[in-house]
Amino acid sequence: MDHRKAGLLDSEYEIICRELGREPNEAELRIFGVMWSEHCSYKSSKPLLGLFPKEGPAVLKGVGENAGVVDAGDGWGLAFKVESHNHPSAVEPYQGAATGVGGIIRDILAMGARPMASLDGLFFGNPDSRKTIFLSNGIVKGVGGYGNCVGVPTVGGKTFYDARYEDNPLLNAFCMGLVNAESIVSSQTAEPGNLVVLLGSKTGRDGIGGAAFASVELGEDTKASRPQVQIGDPFVEKLLIEACLEALENCLVTSMQDMGAAGITSSASEIAAKSGVGMILDLDKVPLREADMSAWEIALSESQERMLLIVLPEKLELVLSLGEKWDLDCAVIGKTVEGDRFILEKGGSVAVDLPASLIGGGCPEIRWPAITPANLANRQTFELENEILPSDLAESLLKLIGSPSLREKTWITRQYDSMVQVNTIQGPGAPLSLVRIKENGNIAAITMEALPWACQLDPFRGGYETMARSLRPLWVAGARHLGMTNCLNFPSPENPEQFWEFSEAVKGLAECCVDLGCPVVSGNVSLYNESAGLSILPTPLVCSVGLISSGESPLLPGNWKEGDILYLVGMDNAAIPASHFQVTCMGMLKGLPVPPSPEMERDFKERAILTAGKNVADSAIPILGGGLGIALCKEAISSGLGAEIQLGTPTLPAVSLFGEGGARALYAVPSVKAFEFLRIWKGFPVRQVGNVRGESLRLPGSTPLPIETLLKAWRGV
Amino acid sequence: MKAAVVIFPGSNCDRDVIHALEAVSCIPTQAVWHKETSLPQDTGLVVLPGGFSYGDYLRCGAMAARSPIVPAVREHASRGGLVLGICNGFQVLTETGLLPGALLANISLEFICSNCLLKVERTDTPFTSAFKKGQIVQFPIAHHEGLFFLPENELEELEANGQVVFRYASADGSAGQQYSPNGALNGIAGIVNKGGNVLGLMPHPERASERILGSSDGLGIWNSIKEWLEGRSK
Repeated sequence: MDHRKAGLLDSEYEIICRELGREPNEAELRIFGVMWSEHCSYKSSKPLLGLFPKEGPAVLKGVGENAGVVDAGDGWGLAFKVESHNHPSAVEPYQGAATGVGGIIRDILAMGARPMASLDGLFFGNPDSRKTIFLSNGIVKGVGGYGNCVGVPTVGGKTFYDARYEDNPLLNAFCMGLVNAESIVSSQTAEPGNLVVLLGSKTGRDGIGGAAFASVELGEDTKASRPQVQIGDPFVEKLLIEACLEALENCLVTSMQDMGAAGITSSASEIAAKSGVGMILDLDKVPLREADMSAWEIALSESQERMLLIVLPEKLELVLSLGEKWDLDCAVIGKTVEGDRFILEKGGSVAVDLPASLIGGGCPEIRWPAITPANLANRQTFELENEILPSDLAESLLKLIGSPSLREKTWITRQYDSMVQVNTIQGPGAPLSLVRIKENGNIAAITMEALPWACQLDPFRGGYETMARSLRPLWVAGARHLGMTNCLNFPSPENPEQFWEFSEAVKGLAECCVDLGCPVVSGNVSLYNESAGLSILPTPLVCSVGLISSGESPLLPGNWKEGDILYLVGMDNAAIPASHFQVTCMGMLKGLPVPPSPEMERDFKERAILTAGKNVADSAIPILGGGLGIALCKEAISSGLGAEIQLGTPTLPAVSLFGEGGARALYAVPSVKAFEFLRIWKGFPVRQVGNVRGESLRLPGSTPLPIETLLKAWRGV
Repeated sequence: MKAAVVIFPGSNCDRDVIHALEAVSCIPTQAVWHKETSLPQDTGLVVLPGGFSYGDYLRCGAMAARSPIVPAVREHASRGGLVLGICNGFQVLTETGLLPGALLANISLEFICSNCLLKVERTDTPFTSAFKKGQIVQFPIAHHEGLFFLPENELEELEANGQVVFRYASADGSAGQQYSPNGALNGIAGIVNKGGNVLGLMPHPERASERILGSSDGLGIWNSIKEWLEGRSK
């Protein structure tokens, strides 16, 4: 077999031959092909990921494990991570999405945590195209079908439409779990003389080479890739979760690893390399779904719902009986030894003999050239004065709230069980999700954010704003952030202009993390999201996690009271470029998004948290997509009350209402508490924008919009 | 007397029910693995929790209805002990024959998770004595197969016997099929057997048992059961 067919560069092949002192055999070559693919090796992104700050007082386990863990108080940790399953979802939407959810749940489980909440990030093409309808229906059903059955609530997410996702929809799956900080599982704790146990589903031919498939552009005939998509079995996953947690509770395992991309090879070699041990596996011991599988097929199969356990010999019997209790296949497939050899045997002979550290750690980084896009100046050219803005504010507002990305998403969220585990305080459809931690009474707050339009215009500013925007809802609700995880969805890095966008976006994210003291605890990179010349928008997606201490109540939106005074805090100079208004109402995407303002963000953070803690507002909503206008709309709809709005500033009304970006929030404050509210925000831009009154939203110079009208537009009826 | 919560492979509301019974309602509760063949001593209530027993890969509840523990549950019911089946547990009860009817796929053919209003039709059962007759309560539903079905004559009989305990309703107190989120006949959300000691319902009272979760109406069920159990213990 030619190394190029395995997906290896000539230079990579040379390194392999030099390190081995020989040419690899076919099975070994295929292993390198998968393990040194972009998906597994992060070879194109590693230098950039080094920019992320990874340390922080709340970080219990950082980058390098299956998921990061942050301190949730009282000896508890929150393990979380977001991961893409884009390519499989584009090819086989239901199974692609389902196994994306299953895979991230196992990542959390591998930390020893009980998975307690999921979120999904969905990016689709033209909402009316048959293709998008097919893909979005399948992906949503896949997310629900798996999550509902496995009993992990889907408590929130993000849905975004743009024609550039037409052939390459994105599915980013986030999961968070709760773990006793004392018993966090590490992949670095195996010792020579341990047994290697495979628990869960039988191994079949599904998903072979999936990681390699995820590392190239999608071909025109995606159907031909179907065999590379795995099939999910959420029922077995549920059994696997319970069996693994029971094993951990009884201290039966030394280390544990989920099996995702590159199957046994990746999970086993990772434990070996990280723990500094060798491993000998007998592939004949692997329970198979079909006979006659070759060594490399077994080694690289991505069959789902399997975990690799490292077990002390004296604990084996208990582990086997646990497998029996949960009706799961459970087999000893090998042992750990001194040294660094990763040996796979089949039929009594050695099929693979490689240094464990070379498999996962030997792949050289690639530094792709980056070039500023030729059309960047054109993208960024936008003079507000030269544009004729739609003048009817009410009409624009109705158009916006009914636009694909901003309209009601109940058709999606009602297909997800968002309440199982009885922890969900704030489920889907809000700026953030809130999940209580029964064990200590604290509340975990989670956001998911991505701003592809802003990243398209200025990836650095877009990246920075994405990160800041993921934190603001936490602060407004009264939560302090603990850390973030990210999924970097981009097209091919081999195109220098695209690589420049990728680099700039990561720099923006990283700078914001540094400025605001938010550690990056885990993440995932998905490149090559393009096909037939159509590339996705640069889509770095961020999930941030924060904490509200027990005894404190979160400050939530949707609770306007008649007579409340509405205050807008933050600057009134948000940007039309990259706003929903610009794209939806002006039909263009041009200009520069707002520049970073770290001092303002930090100032906003402290005041927002104080506001929530002092209980001076009835309702609060961060200004997100669609600007102040959409924030007003959503508050009015969910409170069932109208408001009279005065803009009355030198800023153009459309900019005030629909501009986006910067640290801003809308508060509804009872008049008796206005004094205290204003004292908290003294020295920060704050102004009264209206009063809660009646049953219509009254914008200056526009026809009043009854709640019923807003609701209809939002629901698209 | 205490409560026993049966765990089938694929149950996923078992911990939620245990939380509602034990932590919220202070009812002593024990988990029972489905491979057991007897119930713990002094069991007054058996709960079959929600979830996806055996993945719902066969007809929902059909596999679980053949679990080793089921004969003991059947016997417990025949002696007048309480049995509560929630969601998948309701499906299991219909599959065991302890309750009549079948739960078919929702009329939308989609999974539905949402809050629902229910009318309490009967307050003379051990599960509903703490409610007021006609009271409107809010419990969430989360299921793909919740359309309660019975052939017409059997449905009439069920109604004539007054076996309908919960019906989907509107805030103003009217109830019936037009309020079924899933197409359930006659708006039926929960029923009892003729003896009144076996209740099955699709909505989840355990998800509505704490104000922080949005509704504490479910406490009515646990409080009713607690009173019944305590009465039996004397």
